[in-house]
Amino acid sequence: MDYKEIGLRAGLEIHQQLDTAEKLFCRCPTRLRSTDAHTHEFFRYLRATESELGELDRAAEEEMMVMRRFTYYAYDTTCLVEDDEEPPAHLNAEALQLTLSIAKLFGMHPVEQVHTMRKLVIDGSNTSGFQRTALIALQGSLPGGCRVETLCLEEEAAQRVHDAVFSLDRLGIPLVEISTAPCLHTPEEVQEVAEYMGMVLRSTGKVKRGIGTIRQDINISIRGGARVEIKGVQELEAIADVVRWEVSRQQGLLAIREELRERNARVEQESTDVTRLFAHTASAILRKAKRILAVNLVGYGGLVGREIQPDRRLGSEFSDYAKKCGVGGIFHTDELPAYGITADEVRSVRELLEAGPDDCVVLVAGSPEQAACAIRQVTRRAEMAQKGVPEETRRLLEGKKSTAYMRPLPGAARMYPETDVLPITIEEQNWVAIELPELLSERAARYTRELGLDSVLARQAAYSDRLGVFEQAVALGVKPTLAARTITGTMREARREGVPVEQVEDASLLALLQSVEAGTIAKEAIPELIRLVATGHPVEEAIRGYAASSFSVTDVEAMADRIIRNRAEFVRERGKGALGPLMGVLMEEVRGRVDGKVVSEVLRKALDRFLKES
Amino acid sequence: MTLVLTPGARVRFTFHGGEFEGTYVTEREGRMVIKLENGYNLGVEPAALLSSHLPPPSPPPRITTIEQDSSLPECAIISTGGTIASRVDYRTGAVTSQFSAEDILRAIPGLGGIARYRTRQISSLLSENMQPGIWRDLAHAIYHEICEGVRGVIVTHGTDTMGYTASAMAFMIETTVPVVFVGSQRSADRPSSDNVMNALCSARAAVSELGEAAVVMHGTTSDDHCAIHRATRVRKMHTSRRDAFQSIGIPPLGGVEYPDLTLTLGPHARTRQEGEARLFDRIEERCGLLTFVPGTPPEVIDSCEGYQGLVIAGSGLGHVASAWVPRLKELIGAGTTVVMTSQCLHGRVCDRVYDTGRDLLSIGVIEGEDMLPETAVVKLGWVLGHEQDPERVRTLMQTDLRGEICRRSLHGL
Ligand SMILES: [Zn+2]
Repeated sequence: MDYKEIGLRAGLEIHQQLDTAEKLFCRCPTRLRSTDAHTHEFFRYLRATESELGELDRAAEEEMMVMRRFTYYAYDTTCLVEDDEEPPAHLNAEALQLTLSIAKLFGMHPVEQVHTMRKLVIDGSNTSGFQRTALIALQGSLPGGCRVETLCLEEEAAQRVHDAVFSLDRLGIPLVEISTAPCLHTPEEVQEVAEYMGMVLRSTGKVKRGIGTIRQDINISIRGGARVEIKGVQELEAIADVVRWEVSRQQGLLAIREELRERNARVEQESTDVTRLFAHTASAILRKAKRILAVNLVGYGGLVGREIQPDRRLGSEFSDYAKKCGVGGIFHTDELPAYGITADEVRSVRELLEAGPDDCVVLVAGSPEQAACAIRQVTRRAEMAQKGVPEETRRLLEGKKSTAYMRPLPGAARMYPETDVLPITIEEQNWVAIELPELLSERAARYTRELGLDSVLARQAAYSDRLGVFEQAVALGVKPTLAARTITGTMREARREGVPVEQVEDASLLALLQSVEAGTIAKEAIPELIRLVATGHPVEEAIRGYAASSFSVTDVEAMADRIIRNRAEFVRERGKGALGPLMGVLMEEVRGRVDGKVVSEVLRKALDRFLKES
Repeated sequence: MTLVLTPGARVRFTFHGGEFEGTYVTEREGRMVIKLENGYNLGVEPAALLSSHLPPPSPPPRITTIEQDSSLPECAIISTGGTIASRVDYRTGAVTSQFSAEDILRAIPGLGGIARYRTRQISSLLSENMQPGIWRDLAHAIYHEICEGVRGVIVTHGTDTMGYTASAMAFMIETTVPVVFVGSQRSADRPSSDNVMNALCSARAAVSELGEAAVVMHGTTSDDHCAIHRATRVRKMHTSRRDAFQSIGIPPLGGVEYPDLTLTLGPHARTRQEGEARLFDRIEERCGLLTFVPGTPPEVIDSCEGYQGLVIAGSGLGHVASAWVPRLKELIGAGTTVVMTSQCLHGRVCDRVYDTGRDLLSIGVIEGEDMLPETAVVKLGWVLGHEQDPERVRTLMQTDLRGEICRRSLHGL
């Protein structure tokens, strides 16, 4: 597809957790906890308030349709600030300094005076009902010319445990939010820029690593479509695909718009109470419902059931809107009879609503309030279909190649000043004095140049979580290739085999590498030792058990002779060709305690001897 | 050149070669605070301003008129200010009290299902600026409403000094109906504010069978129930938590469940009375509370010269350093009534156990029983406002009038 031709415009918003000692507005550690460890819990209701401009934010308004009770888990590592029971402390100076470094890395300019704001978020993920956030820098640039528009420092939201239950360990961890202009024009470009930005952030050495610590929001629009934000894409590799999927969804919606226009489609403004028609239905949902409402979408027949994403129809979009009112979903005649609803029931509904063959009837069921709210939402969304693509915030569906509606794009009215935090002046001398860390990409090039690593390995080492181990090991005289392979390929393979490698401390890895360099252990022993250390064996003990000195060359010679004698017939048959298979057997027995070269030398000699003798 | 900008003006300014637009909010430490299109504020050097113009005034906000259900009992909401009704002040960036009582009804529509309301605002003070003179105005307003036949009175108040005002009203009005004080600990502008739940629970208490002055606030950190506290036994025990208000020395009078608003009253709660309410509105303002701290020179007492009443929050059973005794003797000799309470807050004063205590009794210090120091100073001002005879004053201070003194110290409180 020619993305320039269809007018693709995409931008990125990257959220990266910072690895500071304390949270942004309290003095709690930035440590994630197992939810089992929570020491107490409490619950609250949130309600929207008038914002600074006196308008209720439309995203907030939609969330308010259901008054929800939110439960929070608190820990011995959280405090009253996370509980929204105490005013925030001063903005964390370490986080601010780090954010300024990041701003400088992106060629941005800091604001002169930082004002912390309250951004209305009433989905429960913030106990206060707002997220504290501050604009730190503006106007940066990326290689390739795309602009970085803003850099904000904000508090991370609470982690959803399930439904309306949230865990407070994550709430308040410092988070930088970096937004680019919508100046990316192909899916590949979006992914490359995301990769670059992630690399720059990691170059500071002070950002959190691991799942969920970096999240990408992607803004996408095509000509004739609308700006849609896909929230929280966690995997870099998925980004180009996510852009492609959204482009095709917007194209699907635009095609539906054209058809609706041709058919002069319209939405009946009045909904009809059809509860009595389903008094004896086989559908459990409808039978239990206190109120069933139906609306006729004139000229929508067949289009509501049309697939616009894998496994997602226009009707799925209606359903997402209706769910905001607390109903489980909707039924529409494009997919009926089904779900226990009979053809007769469909016919009687169509008759009652005087629906023609080209029309689609949508049903919602729930309490009277829920049903009224849901049918309004369906009507609203159906009308949007005539305009094409609504501006929305959407989320990626796990394991699927599609997205679902979350909420309208938030408007600017959702922010007002956080009066409990004083403004901070960014001093010019502080800004000038910030020394930029070496970019990981530059570091990789230097490893090739100075340490002779090939470029792939150099890049892997520089981008690795264990970069620190590599640097220390090389400084202590470990061969760069060995150190690089160990922290990248060896660790990766061990993880693939199910070894909990994250349990291996940097110091242990360093000790292993030094032991190899000192000749205490063979490098072949490293995978096995990593496994032992990862499963709780003290590193010194593990190294002792595998020390090369526990096997003398004479021991290996004896083992080689024994192996050959036990397989005499095979060896005579194969001659020197038996070396390979025998090597495998012998290496298995020495289990990495002896250097492979030594083993192979010993075996070759023993084989020669045996063949000469027989 | 000084630029005079009106908050709300649209401005253009430069920032490192780029041009930006925004809305001028205020001036802060020499910089213009500007709200950008994306909602963020930032501070900018005034020299960066390119142009500004005032946008046409925005249409006045839609004011929804409040329909009241005439079948419901009538209550009075009297507002004094405080965080149950606060708004952001863009000039200073601070949270201040600004809403009238009507604004409260608009902000908390659920109130309309409990009662209909007459509303009046007697002040819009930060509660730390509350004074006995305003207590008098408030007492008149409450008394007036009770005489008009309301089912109950709700007083919205900043939480810092709510305990003092509630206690003052307990003494100044012999009420027949509930006089319920309510506020919020977490600012009313936040979606998590405790204002809505506290207001609904207080309205429920105002139409209940309660018949005394009380404080109704969150009972726990969760939005699960409000506690009803006796005005003379309640104390703000935390700077910021929702459940800061605690009954000291007695259990709460009752509670209101949320969100169903089921109300329960304990057997010790005074219930509605037949007959007429009575107003005792005089209060002696020259009264004070002095906390004894080890090492404080006795000269501190000199600053209380001319006081008609002085409550001391003494150590332990009700003590001060021996060096204070001669000065206190002079003060009492000059006509000041001195009442001893304990900074322990929990428990009863007894100055008969140790020598210093006996010395204090011998110079005429009155034991304040188990009264909270804050309640004791309010009561002393009120008693002195109505009674001059020293013996009558002593008797009144040691007699339980509004539940402020417990004759028995109960277990577990
Ligand atoms: Zn904390």
